[in-house]
Amino acid sequence: MIRQLALLLAVLLAVSLFIGDGTLAMPDALILWQVRLPRTLLGALVGGGLGLSGAVLQGALRNPLADPGLLGITGTAGLGAVIAFYWGVSQHFSPALPAAGLLGAGIGAAFLLGFAGRAPSGPSLILAGVAVSAIAASLLALALTLAPNPFALTEITFWLMGGLADRPLWQVAMVAVPILLGCAILLRLGTGIDALSLGEDTALSLGVPVARTLQLAAAGTALAVGAGAAVAGSIGFVGLVVPHLLRPWLGERPGALLPPAPLAGAALLLVADMLVRLAPLALPLSAAPPIGVLTALIGAPFLVVIAHRAAP
Amino acid sequence: MIAVTHKSVSLGGRTVLHDVSFAARDGELVALCGPNGAGKSTLLRALAGLLPGTVPQDPRRVAWLPQGARSAWGLTVGQVATLGRIPHRDRADAAITKALEVCGIVGLRAARVDRISGGEARRAMLARAFATEPDVFLLDEPTADLDPAASHAIMRLLRATADDGRTVVVVLHALDLALRYAHRVVVLAGGRVTADLPAADALPAAAAAFGLQFGPDPEPRLLPPG
Repeated sequence: MIRQLALLLAVLLAVSLFIGDGTLAMPDALILWQVRLPRTLLGALVGGGLGLSGAVLQGALRNPLADPGLLGITGTAGLGAVIAFYWGVSQHFSPALPAAGLLGAGIGAAFLLGFAGRAPSGPSLILAGVAVSAIAASLLALALTLAPNPFALTEITFWLMGGLADRPLWQVAMVAVPILLGCAILLRLGTGIDALSLGEDTALSLGVPVARTLQLAAAGTALAVGAGAAVAGSIGFVGLVVPHLLRPWLGERPGALLPPAPLAGAALLLVADMLVRLAPLALPLSAAPPIGVLTALIGAPFLVVIAHRAAP
Repeated sequence: MIAVTHKSVSLGGRTVLHDVSFAARDGELVALCGPNGAGKSTLLRALAGLLPGTVPQDPRRVAWLPQGARSAWGLTVGQVATLGRIPHRDRADAAITKALEVCGIVGLRAARVDRISGGEARRAMLARAFATEPDVFLLDEPTADLDPAASHAIMRLLRATADDGRTVVVVLHALDLALRYAHRVVVLAGGRVTADLPAADALPAAAAAFGLQFGPDPEPRLLPPG
C-alpha cells in the first residue's frame, strides 16, 4: 500500500509540473523553477501535514470526525498572516507574511497546550481547541471589520480561502522544516494511539503516557498544519477525509494509518490543485477557483459514500 | 501478590472508599462482591494504580480490564490481543495465540470486534489481558454479557490461572460464580470491606450486603395470590 501510494505521489508530482493555469505544456525553465516547482512542493508538504495530522487526531481523540482545524491552529496562523496584511507590513517586506503566520501558529499552539492543562485528556484538548478557534475567529472578524481599505479586505479574504499559487521557493523552504519536523513527531505516536483505541485508562494501564501522547499530537499538528496554513492559508477537509479513504484498505487500527496518511494527503491535495489549474479549461470560469473549494467539493461526496459503505 | 493498605478515595467530593485494606496472594482467585456503588471498581482501579495518589503498577506485571471495555475502532480480535503486548514492546505471536486459545476465540482472530457478538468481544478484551502474560489480573465484570456456559468457561479459566500461581482479582455481580470458583470472597458495601471470607462461608455475608435474606424465612407465608 505504501509503495503504491509513493508511486502515485511520484507520478502526481511529475504531472503537476506540466500543468499550468489553464494550460498543458512543458514550461520553460524559469516558470518550472519559480512557479510550478514551488507550487507542487508546497501542495505535497501541506497535504502531507494535513493528512497525517488528521490520522493522528482521529486516533488520539477516538473520533472519526476529528480534523486538524479542530485545534484552532489553522485559525491563529491565518490571524497572524492577516495582521501582517492589516498593518501593511507584508507589502513592504514580503517575508513578514509567512513569518507572521508561523508566529500566529506558535502562539496558538502555546495557548492550546496551556488551555488543555498539565495532564490533558481527549475532551480537555478538544475544549482547548474550540476556545483557541473561537478567539482566533473573533479577532479575525475584528481585523476584517477594521480593515484599512477595501483592497486590503479583498486581499485578506482571498488569502484566507487558501491557495498554493505564487508562493516563492524560499517560502516553501521556510515552512518545509516545521512541517517535516511535525510529521516526524506525529509518525512516532502509532503505538500510543493504538492503545488509546481501548480508552485513556486502559492505555495508561498498558504503560502508555497518555497526557504526553496527546500533547505531542497537538504539538506535532501545530507544526505540521500551522506552518502549512502560514503560507497556504486555510485548506479544509483533507485532514478529515484522508483517514477515511485509507481505512477500507488498511483496516481501522489507528497506528496502521500513520505511515501512508502523509502520502495520501499529499496526493489528494496535488490532485485538487491540478483540478484547480485545469478548471478554467473545462468550465467558463474567469479565474481558477480557490483550492479549499475543490477539496471540500471532492471530499464531501467521497466521505458520504465511504460512510454508507462502512455502515454495518 | 497485590495490595493496598488503609486506602481512602474521594471522587468528585464523595468518599468512595473508606480506609480499605486489601491484599491478594499469589495463586489466589479473589472475588469482589457487593451492590452497585459499593466501591468495587474503585478498589480495582486503586490496585491498578490508576487513581490520583496511587503508585502506577508495572504494566508488564499487572493487567487491568475495565467494566464494559470496548474499542473505539473496528480492530480485529487479533489486533486487540496484540495491544496486550505494548508493555513488553513486542508482538510475540506465541503469547497472542495462546491468549486467543485460552479465551476460546482463536478462530475469530481476523474478525472485527465491532462485528461479533457482545460475548465474543468481551472475550477479545480478556484475551488482551492474557496476552500481556501478567502476574496479576484485575478484572472488572469479565463475565458480563456472557451466557451461563461461557461465564462458567471464563471462571474455570480464571481459577486455573490462579491455581497456576498467578493472582486474580475479579469483580463479580454473579454471586453463584463467586461462591463456586473463588478461593476467597471480599464483600464491599458503602466503601468499606464488610466481609472477607473463604468462598465456602461467604454466602450469608454476601447475601446481606445485597439486602437479601438468607436462611429459613422467619415469617412463613403462603404463595402470593395469582
